Amino acid sequence: MPAKDYLRQRFFPQIWCPGCGHGIIMGNMIRAIDQLGLEKNEVVVVSGIGCSSRMPGYVDFHSLHTLHGRALAFAMGVKMGRPELTVIVPMGDGDAAAIGGNHLIHAARRNIDLTAIIMNNSIYGMTGGQFSPMTPFGDKGTTAPSGTIDHAFDIVELAKGAGASFVARTTTYHVKEMIKIIARAIKHKGFSMVEVMSQCPTYYGRKNKLGSAVDMMNSYKDGTTSIGSKKKAEHPELIERGVFLEEERPEYSASYSALVKKSQG
Amino acid sequence: MRKVLTGNQAVAYGAMLSGVEVVAAYPITPQTTIIETLADMQAEGLGDFDYIRVESEHSAMAACIGASMGGVRTFTATSGQGLFLMHEMLHYASGARTPVVLANVNRAPAAPWNIWSDQTDSLSQRETGWIQLYCEGNQEVLDTTIMAFKIAEKLKLPAMVILDAFFLSHTSEPIEIPDKEAVKDFLPTYDPKDIWLDPDNPHTFGAIAMSDPYMELRWQIQRDMEIAKSVIAEVHEDFAHHFGRMYHQVEGYLAEDAEVLVICTGTAASTARVAVEALRAEGERAGLVKIKTFRPFPGEEIIGALKGKKKVAVIDRNFSPGAQGIWAQELRSVLCELSDQERPMVYGYIAGIGGCDISVKTIKEIYYKTLESHRPDDIDMWVGVRHV
Repeated sequence: MPAKDYLRQRFFPQIWCPGCGHGIIMGNMIRAIDQLGLEKNEVVVVSGIGCSSRMPGYVDFHSLHTLHGRALAFAMGVKMGRPELTVIVPMGDGDAAAIGGNHLIHAARRNIDLTAIIMNNSIYGMTGGQFSPMTPFGDKGTTAPSGTIDHAFDIVELAKGAGASFVARTTTYHVKEMIKIIARAIKHKGFSMVEVMSQCPTYYGRKNKLGSAVDMMNSYKDGTTSIGSKKKAEHPELIERGVFLEEERPEYSASYSALVKKSQG
Repeated sequence: MRKVLTGNQAVAYGAMLSGVEVVAAYPITPQTTIIETLADMQAEGLGDFDYIRVESEHSAMAACIGASMGGVRTFTATSGQGLFLMHEMLHYASGARTPVVLANVNRAPAAPWNIWSDQTDSLSQRETGWIQLYCEGNQEVLDTTIMAFKIAEKLKLPAMVILDAFFLSHTSEPIEIPDKEAVKDFLPTYDPKDIWLDPDNPHTFGAIAMSDPYMELRWQIQRDMEIAKSVIAEVHEDFAHHFGRMYHQVEGYLAEDAEVLVICTGTAASTARVAVEALRAEGERAGLVKIKTFRPFPGEEIIGALKGKKKVAVIDRNFSPGAQGIWAQELRSVLCELSDQERPMVYGYIAGIGGCDISVKTIKEIYYKTLESHRPDDIDMWVGVRHV
């Protein structure tokens, strides 16, 4: 089915700025779902607040647009209530790593079968460009006119450390890779975290003089490399892309069902 | 100095001129430009304060309380969901007697999502022990922010300055900005007196209190909220003495000989001034009573303004599901003290929810509806609902 058949075109035009990376992620999430052959009614998309979180309005699945930072907590309720459904949680970096950071580490620790897609544009876009916990050290935002003195999270390391059983990173430049990674993440039984580096030319780009959307996407092309590549060995400053971790571990909703079954004899 | 400022910029100027020492901030629409303006002021050296960028509103209020316990003047700003997330901390701030000042830009609660003006967020914090001051225009916003610090610090109770989303927050007006030295004369550097984190005189904050002392401490909050009524009046007088602008907890406009009084808060009051003037031009005896303070609730002044009147129409841009408009409820309970002959009939109207406009036309309709009615309905009337 073409991607447009998964969209609620009555909600268009969408609110994302020209050049924003989020539409690319939405398109690729749809393509991944299509490749997996999932029915629309089998998929639930849950979001919190922010530019990223507008996505559930546009996609024709079950969709929940919930509170800032709480998407994973709502999603956990959905999954425990209806474990047969595929639950995908698109989040922004502010939503996932700041106000919702606690839910992220606990969802990862429980290894509940949710797919968190963290659309990392290094800024709070919707409110107009405040720096986030994933804004690189020294970069500017409206709340850090002289550059932030906060250190950014490495969300891949955070998810690994917290207990996620599938952890990956990709970018909006690497579209084919992104589709494959999102499809693998959805298929994976357990908590999957996919970081997608996504350009915000309007706020983050402008504040930090990073050029156009194309320039920013080129920086993803030039500034990243596959995990363990020769290039990485030669240029350690490059950011690695790919699947960092994919392990089979007991999944939370399945463990819970097994426990209920056991206790009921 | 006279300058064109939005309501949010007026808040930021108010906090900066007050010599705030710690600001904790998290973005949320429609408040964000307050903390952005403060960030710019700090970066440009206009304000000498520490600016803490936190990871949520809950942390923002926690940081403010901590800073206040350290004996410094503290400020934050939020809206709607951000204020709801702070709720636990709001109780703590008053219980710990920390005079934190918070600007809340009224925003309607989710779900469904809405970013427009609605007082349900701040009025839902009724029991948290915060002084609540509502503003009609941007000059009042700036002046109230400065006064809020003085009121809060005199009482050792936190204070909330409240302004309507967009109608004030993002709308520009020419504002008289007081001189920083003059503000310092009105509001000297914060002196935490005996309750603060003093390394030379260690204290414990927030220790467990058994039932008896706990109840005594709560009674003290109630006692001080009563005292707050006269403190607010004194601060209003003092402010007028310094800056020539006088504010009132309850203010009448063309109210003395009015047959029907419209009761409004926030920006609806400024629209009501125009509506009342228009009604007067039509030969009607219409009047306005604007209420500025919600906590403490200015019962005596309200009785003074309404005693002996026949009808009042309360316009609530908020509601308590199952219990009607919040200002109307408060007003009804205060008016119970009056005898049947002296007590006006209270008509409640719910209008402007989720940012719907309360226009001159809306207020005129409410006036005529009230004028023509013999007695109020059992439940408040919703004005402007498309499909009932």
